[in-house]
Amino acid sequence: MPESWFMLTVVGADRPGIVARLARDLFVAGAYLGEASMLRLGGNFTIMLMVRGEFTADSLRAALSVAAAELGLHLHVDAIDGDLHQHVVPDVRVHVHGADRAGIVAEVAEALVAVGFNILTLDSDVAGLHAAPIYVMQIEGRAADGIEVVEAALSPLRANGIDVRVDSVETLVG
Amino acid sequence: MAALDVLVWPDERLRRISEPVDRFDDELRGFVEDLEETRQAGPSAVGIAAPQVGRHQRVVILDCSITRKPVANHGRLVLINPEILSWEGHALGREGCLSVPDYTGNVLRAERIILRAYDLAGESHEYDMNGFEARAAQHEIDHLDGRVFLDRVVSRHTDVFRRKQR
Repeated sequence: MPESWFMLTVVGADRPGIVARLARDLFVAGAYLGEASMLRLGGNFTIMLMVRGEFTADSLRAALSVAAAELGLHLHVDAIDGDLHQHVVPDVRVHVHGADRAGIVAEVAEALVAVGFNILTLDSDVAGLHAAPIYVMQIEGRAADGIEVVEAALSPLRANGIDVRVDSVETLVG
Repeated sequence: MAALDVLVWPDERLRRISEPVDRFDDELRGFVEDLEETRQAGPSAVGIAAPQVGRHQRVVILDCSITRKPVANHGRLVLINPEILSWEGHALGREGCLSVPDYTGNVLRAERIILRAYDLAGESHEYDMNGFEARAAQHEIDHLDGRVFLDRVVSRHTDVFRRKQR
């Protein structure tokens, strides 16, 4: 059987030992691991990782099924065109914070896409007091038409009570 | 002049600690010309250190006058036997490296440094460096001490967002 790439997504209530168990079971199944991103979101364990091996989506799922049942994890497997080294270096960073309310991400993302901004990473958090939560978001990406255009596109959002800061990202190469 | 081969991580030679320069002669000047050509031959690099081309001497070229967004800088510098005399503040910034292709990461560095180094004529100078230039100098001096920026990469999640503990 030829090697194939898969995107494995795992979600569940967080507890110690999940990564070790998944990594061991994947190793035993003959899998090679590529890029991965693990986050705890609101007390939940989440991980997406690229997996390569001589198996099918079903057999990969089966190889992890015991661990998933024991640890209470939901698994999702997608066949993908696996290709490493697709890194794009961001040139603009956007910081956003404001009183937590619905629609902030949509407003910011729509303003960005309208000026050809390609979002490469997005991280957000809810902080502050339970009674008055604040939404904090950081976006990095490539600005097709420069940072000034991004600044102009986002400045109207300040009228809606969203604090927006736009910085250029200068990547040092040495 | 000739562009030299750049060592690529995990080449163990990038782990070696470089020796101080004790002869400021034509051979050294010729090597620095080659090192400069090497820096300019690859991706737009603001610095390069001698061990990156397999020469384990404390020689660095720095030029932060070429950044996309202008930054405070001292122009093109040849730093021989550089020594950081003082550090102040810290900031997170994104770094890449000629010796670590296709990867950039966030690194915490001092925001301001006072640096002493010799020039090609053997004259000693002190530089007050801020921000990006200070970062670049620290990156290159790390090479002289057998470190690459991968040794210092920190997490954006834990070091940019420091949530208040409740």
